[in-house]
Amino acid sequence: MSFRLPSGGRLIDRTSELKFTFNGRIMRGFAGDTLASALLARDQMLMGRSFKYHRPRGVVASGAEEPNALMNIGEGGRFEPNQRATTAELFDGMAARSQNHWPSLEFDVGAINAKFARFLPAGFYYKTFLYPRHFWKYVFEPIIRQSAGLGAAPKEADADTYEHFYAFCDVLVVGGGIAGLMAARDAAADGKRVIVLEQNGHWGGRAPVDGAVVEGKPADEWVSVTLQALEANDNVTLRDRCMGAGVYDHGYVLGYERITDHAPANDVPRHRLWRIRAGHVVTATGALERPLSFAGNDLPGVMLASAVRDYVVNHAVAPGKRTVVVTNNDDAYRTAEVMVNAGLSVPAIIDARPSVDEALISKFSDLGVEVKVASAIAKVKGKDRVTGVAICAQDSNGSVSTTIECDAVAMSGGWSPVVHLWSHCGGKLTWDEDQAMFRPDPNRPPTNQTGEGFVSVVGWANGEIDQGDIAPVWIMPQGASIETRNKMWLDFQNDVKVSDVQLAAQEGFESVEHAKRYTTLGMATDQGKLSNINGLAVLADALDTGIPQVGTTTFRPPYTPISMGAIAGEARGEIFQPLRRTPMHAWHEKNGAHWEPVGHWRRPYCFQQPGESVEDAVNREITNTRTSLGLLDASTLGKIVVKGPDAGKFLDMLYTNMMSNLKPGKCRYGLMCSENGFLMDDGVVARIDEDTWLCHTTTGGADRIHAWMEDWLQCEWWDWKVWTLNLTEQFAQVAVVGPNARTMLETLGGMDLSAQALPFMGWADGKIGDFNVRVYRISFSGELSYEISVPASEGLAFWEALMEAGEPFGITPYGTEALHVMRAEKGFIMIGDETDGTVIPQDLGLNWALSKKKEDFLGNRAHSRSHMADPTRWKLVGLETVDGSVLPDGAYAVADGHNENGQRNMIGRVTSTYYSPTLDRGIAMGLVLHGPDRMGEVLAFPRVDGTVAYARIVSPVFYDPEGEKQNV
Amino acid sequence: MLTLKCPYCGVQACETELSPGYEAHLKRFGPGSSDDDFETYLFTRPNVKGVHFERWRHAYGCGKWFLAARCTTTLEVFGTYSAQTPAPPAEIIEAIKSKRPDWSPET
Ligand SMILES: [Zn+2]
Repeated sequence: MSFRLPSGGRLIDRTSELKFTFNGRIMRGFAGDTLASALLARDQMLMGRSFKYHRPRGVVASGAEEPNALMNIGEGGRFEPNQRATTAELFDGMAARSQNHWPSLEFDVGAINAKFARFLPAGFYYKTFLYPRHFWKYVFEPIIRQSAGLGAAPKEADADTYEHFYAFCDVLVVGGGIAGLMAARDAAADGKRVIVLEQNGHWGGRAPVDGAVVEGKPADEWVSVTLQALEANDNVTLRDRCMGAGVYDHGYVLGYERITDHAPANDVPRHRLWRIRAGHVVTATGALERPLSFAGNDLPGVMLASAVRDYVVNHAVAPGKRTVVVTNNDDAYRTAEVMVNAGLSVPAIIDARPSVDEALISKFSDLGVEVKVASAIAKVKGKDRVTGVAICAQDSNGSVSTTIECDAVAMSGGWSPVVHLWSHCGGKLTWDEDQAMFRPDPNRPPTNQTGEGFVSVVGWANGEIDQGDIAPVWIMPQGASIETRNKMWLDFQNDVKVSDVQLAAQEGFESVEHAKRYTTLGMATDQGKLSNINGLAVLADALDTGIPQVGTTTFRPPYTPISMGAIAGEARGEIFQPLRRTPMHAWHEKNGAHWEPVGHWRRPYCFQQPGESVEDAVNREITNTRTSLGLLDASTLGKIVVKGPDAGKFLDMLYTNMMSNLKPGKCRYGLMCSENGFLMDDGVVARIDEDTWLCHTTTGGADRIHAWMEDWLQCEWWDWKVWTLNLTEQFAQVAVVGPNARTMLETLGGMDLSAQALPFMGWADGKIGDFNVRVYRISFSGELSYEISVPASEGLAFWEALMEAGEPFGITPYGTEALHVMRAEKGFIMIGDETDGTVIPQDLGLNWALSKKKEDFLGNRAHSRSHMADPTRWKLVGLETVDGSVLPDGAYAVADGHNENGQRNMIGRVTSTYYSPTLDRGIAMGLVLHGPDRMGEVLAFPRVDGTVAYARIVSPVFYDPEGEKQNV
Repeated sequence: MLTLKCPYCGVQACETELSPGYEAHLKRFGPGSSDDDFETYLFTRPNVKGVHFERWRHAYGCGKWFLAARCTTTLEVFGTYSAQTPAPPAEIIEAIKSKRPDWSPET
């Protein structure tokens, strides 16, 4: 059993008792405990169940590498799954729950998976996918869905806040152990700006636990003296509970600071993401101890040797009364010594090495500990926790020589430097045969903008590990049978065993990256911190090659999972993305606007009156506008001024039609293509004066088209004298639309708006009422229409003046849907509906807008490529359902026969489809094979419900084909 | 998260304020060009492993396009220069050769 020792514990404060709950049961611990140490102190060895087989699992480690003790912590808006009990600092009121079991931790139905373990080998998912599909769908998937997954997903919105910090330094030190603090001290002494990140709430790493003496002082004392000196230096920033999460290009590092996880509070952010740009990065990230692979090494009570002594020294918690140590190196002997000194029993040290230093053996026999050389654990005994170990010779096939009763096993397979941060940005590793570990290769560091290495590694992370003599032992015993290897866990979290990796190798997954994915080794939330090296050693053995030849998988950030909240920082809710509002936004809001997002803008989709449905509102707006008067807020349309002696020449390159010969005072509709020839934007261009044009773009295209213009001007035609300016937000624009548009505007007084003074496709500056305006006679609805722009600051006042003047005419504001329906009734195309990045102007019957006079324009050359000139390209037509119904958006027209994929042959698709209140029927536009030559033909459009809609090919201009209404 | 110095405003810009524009020094082919030339201009990119000339825009800064010579494997930046340059300038070639003696502009 595990329990609290009567004295000791360098990190705990026995005078400060904390109350917490585990699976609803009230427990007590001390300030300075982790959740794991507090649970162990209460003999709660069972802390979770494994992912695949639901095996009972206890805590293995004492830090960030913990694979088993994952907890749901917190409640409501502060609930978070998959938190490691070993790094969760205990606080008063903590509510923790174990995961991955049902109905309870002690009695779990899913554990039955273990009985079927032989049916769930490596590659199980992949193999099962090959079975008949219905078998997967009805048999395997429901079972797996029921039992898969670790923690539960939070149900409530996160109650905490998060933030980002930006920081810059000359030297960033990751890791606040002895080596890290020394590096920080040296850099600070050189006058450098230094930041030091330590992932734990305490400094000094494991040196104080192991009784190290540093520069003549005990480690704890050295750490506190050094910290004091660093704190006093203004050039040094020290952050504890802050993990170096990832190293990226050119010295960019993410730090993950957990501010309130150990003491929940409302007035401070929970996590802080440090976005650091460092001149140089020193990683002092220490090392992780490796497990050993023996049968039953996953039973609760089997722990890393270093973790066992961490719990004893730091928290005064003994994982067991009788602890057997099993090792392949000298370091684990420290654990035996710590246990004996704490008055605990160590019946034996099982040492796999063929020979061990005599002095070491006699030192421990003086302490009453028997050292069994060249020995191995044949099997761990016990069902839900350790009750003993069976011993055999390491070089045997596992025949048991003796059995030892014990309640804990401390294992050590040697140490692996934490090379993650070194490797994130390309630092390479070298295999150290003597110490059986990968360590950073100082000759191949990650390089920065000057081509120099920008990461260096110090201390244990650099392989300077004090583990004494070590003999690589990857499985125990050496000649273990397949049944035994089937019980040796490599990856505790993903339930990957020695036998799985060997099977992967046997089935041809020889690359380490393939074997990883086939077995899922190292793919759980711990990213294989404990399992990787053991796994690839087993793989190397199975392939009969060396470990360096197999190599490691890729180390990717973050080092341990970081919260989504920290990544989002302040960018949530209303400030997730800035909203763009027109000057009339507040008016729309007050008058029933049903909003539609258009890029970063919000535009009214329609204006609902009390009791009115969205559809009714749209129909009313259209009918009202077509019969009398409507008002559209068109402020979001892009407005880009293009000016200069070469502006006309430039616009002739950008637009497919001619713009240089447009007369001042006139407007012209234009198209823009990419160099691929595809239609990318459209809009009306007005020529302002001799060297000035104003280009209207689509709402979504304004910024993109402005950038596009600048790209060509800066990078291709840089000697052309042209300037561009995006004035979209400087002007409010209102479309006054309908047969009463002119009459209403004339009641306000001001400029002459008659057809003679301002004909269709003309523009003029002047006054309407007291407003200084620019009026464009353009129409996207087919009605008499004036688009009027005023400075943005006067937009709302102008809008209100128009609404008031329009009242006698029954004016209605209308939204984007009425705009869309009216343009479709007129057969006007819409970028993003009729175009999708694969459509050229010729597809849409817009050949008239492709200049034949111009030698060149963007996209012109592409239009003569064979596929673009292909006569079988689908062409734009109107579509009229036979029964008057509305076609489904995106529906395909089918023809007889099937294509090579077994699908019906397709001969066209719907690009826009609406109910037209003007015509009281469904209307649509679509792209159809040989469409314009097939007028009157009826096409079949299958619906998703299996029924078929029939539609006749007609002209896309459904309303006022002669254009008489807009030109009055 | 690269950093590149904008040659116009002098800012050592982080990648978050830059937008990429892919390969630099492409020769535009327009009307009258052969299918092969036009296809090469539009689509054929060597996707160099090593020294690469590329376009960047200081999008959340001064707004200017500029060019950079960079090693795609080591992330080393040999220099940035004006976008109004038909070919890499001599000092950029020099900077590359001092670090990559075996490199030549043709490879
Ligand atoms: Zn700049």
